[in-house]
Amino acid sequence: MSAVPTLKHPALSERFNADEPRVDWHDATLWWIREKRDKAAHTLYEDWESLRNAASAIKDNVLGNLADYLTQFEQNALANGIQVHWAADAVEHNQIVLSILKDAGAQRMVKSKSMLTEECHLNEYLAENGIEVVDTDLGERIVQLAGEPPSHIVMPCIHWKKEEIGELFHEHLGTPKGNADPQLLTEAARQHLRDKFLTRRVALTGVNFAVAETGEFVVCTNEGNADMGVHLADVHIASMGIEKIIPRREHLGVFLRLLARSATGQPITTYSSHFKKPRDGAQMHIVLVDNGRSQQLGREAFRNSLKCIRCGACMNTCPVYRRSGGHSYHNAVAGPIGAILAPNLDLSKYSDLPFASTLCGSCSNVCPVKINIHEQLYEWRQELTRNGKVDFGKKAGLKIMATVLSNPGLYRSMGKMGRWTLRNMPGMVNNSLNPWFKQRDMPEAPTESFREWYLKNRK
Amino acid sequence: MSNSREQILAKVRANQPQDERPLPDLSAFPARSSELQDQFMTVLSLIGGKAIKVANYAAIEEYLRSNPQHGRMVTSIPELYGIAKPILAPGDPHELADVELAIISGEFGVAENSAIWVTENNFVQRATPFICQYLAIVLPAQQICANMHQAYQRLQGLEYNFGVFIAGPSKTADIEQSLVLGAHGARTMTVFLLEN
Repeated sequence: MSAVPTLKHPALSERFNADEPRVDWHDATLWWIREKRDKAAHTLYEDWESLRNAASAIKDNVLGNLADYLTQFEQNALANGIQVHWAADAVEHNQIVLSILKDAGAQRMVKSKSMLTEECHLNEYLAENGIEVVDTDLGERIVQLAGEPPSHIVMPCIHWKKEEIGELFHEHLGTPKGNADPQLLTEAARQHLRDKFLTRRVALTGVNFAVAETGEFVVCTNEGNADMGVHLADVHIASMGIEKIIPRREHLGVFLRLLARSATGQPITTYSSHFKKPRDGAQMHIVLVDNGRSQQLGREAFRNSLKCIRCGACMNTCPVYRRSGGHSYHNAVAGPIGAILAPNLDLSKYSDLPFASTLCGSCSNVCPVKINIHEQLYEWRQELTRNGKVDFGKKAGLKIMATVLSNPGLYRSMGKMGRWTLRNMPGMVNNSLNPWFKQRDMPEAPTESFREWYLKNRK
Repeated sequence: MSNSREQILAKVRANQPQDERPLPDLSAFPARSSELQDQFMTVLSLIGGKAIKVANYAAIEEYLRSNPQHGRMVTSIPELYGIAKPILAPGDPHELADVELAIISGEFGVAENSAIWVTENNFVQRATPFICQYLAIVLPAQQICANMHQAYQRLQGLEYNFGVFIAGPSKTADIEQSLVLGAHGARTMTVFLLEN
């Protein structure tokens, strides 16, 4: 899409891996969140698996009846006084948002967290059109001030250290130099953003769930930034992917029990706001965005990726994500879920992502809507190979491996050679030409193979 | 734009799976606890809120007088007009920017997560529970249900323009996962559990 070729996951991970203590810190932080998720899930141990099954079944039903639910939602939202827009792709979404801003005569807008607007690159588009956007989620504001995209869908600046945030805030918000106290920094952001909330007339939010039965939509935050934005603005724009629809209000009970527990280990987010009608004298717009979702719906092997409720649990548990960082996925949604969503949008650009996995299956095990993420990663690998999107080195390597593994004699002699080399000429493998040697030591070679041992020892 | 609508719907219709996909039975999630008030209070303290049992509105007023706020206090509860100014009919929400404490009534609480359901009717101005520095919710102690399924059973068919579950004070952990209370919304949340 862009003229400048983007670096792929291996190169970007290598960059992240250059600072080993930082990788360890990132890894441990995310694992700690994964553990909090486990504890929260355990508090509902009698119901947890049934809740996951129910959530998955509701989403199954949604995918099978999406067109009807969308029109039902539209009809009810219109009756509630909400203006409904349809966007086929990112460009159309951005144009719709710009036209709403223009109609409102606004040059400035506050925005709460919306991964969809990241996917559509809305901020860049609006900036080109002279509109100033302020991200109001603390983590998003931090990465926005730093000129970066979020590295995690729930915790956008999980890769930043507090000392660095202290520096950033000293530069942009005038906090005392060298002060990295989270309390002080959060207070500074509170004051800084309160001024934005009080002075902006248009506010944009994402949507966590939209209810077909009632035409209402739900937005979940801990900070209260979505509500501060929209209740003080004249115009509320809510951007949502078409897959965010759920059939009935009662289904929110299932999803709100799962969402925050899976995301951060909280029993629920501080605010679960249900928007049904605009405030008197104010406007409420909802933009329904396709941007490849209807296409993904038609891919049988991958359609379940549309069940995602964006909790981020798959990232927190992923051994690759934890050690390569969110930016190594060069996509709005990182981690295992990002790796199965992105190839649908651009097969060539994201051909690396399905390989950024060990296929260990931990992502599928924690997913609150039971998406078979690791199986889809494996499916994408095959799809990519069929479409000639796998680079020569990887292809050649796999071909050689297939030859060796299907030929017992060759396999044995290669094994012998390998063990001999590791023992006698370690420099041959412990060098920068061997990607397995990066950031890790090669294993100690045994003197004999299992087969040799077995032949000697079997009775 | 309407063209996109037709295109999207046609594509979704063509690509959505055709097999039968029934909705699950939600009656499979019964209440797991009967000590609802205790559970509510325990969870609330875990998420940074504070519960105070009171016998009546006079006790709330007394509590507020002995723990004075040094700023503007507003309420939507007529019984508390003696200590806080009423939130008047909807007007410019910016007018609430200097509110120190807002006291509003809650419809019901949920024991599993200490969330309290409130709607626009409970606070007149939508901005009220978010823009105030400190928030207090008066909740009848009997109005606590076990879990979110029961909560939505209560909301079945109910009309509201804007409603929100509020669980504790506004918070963030975006800076190195250090929990800080008071991100953009209320810095504290006090729940007055009204005994009768």
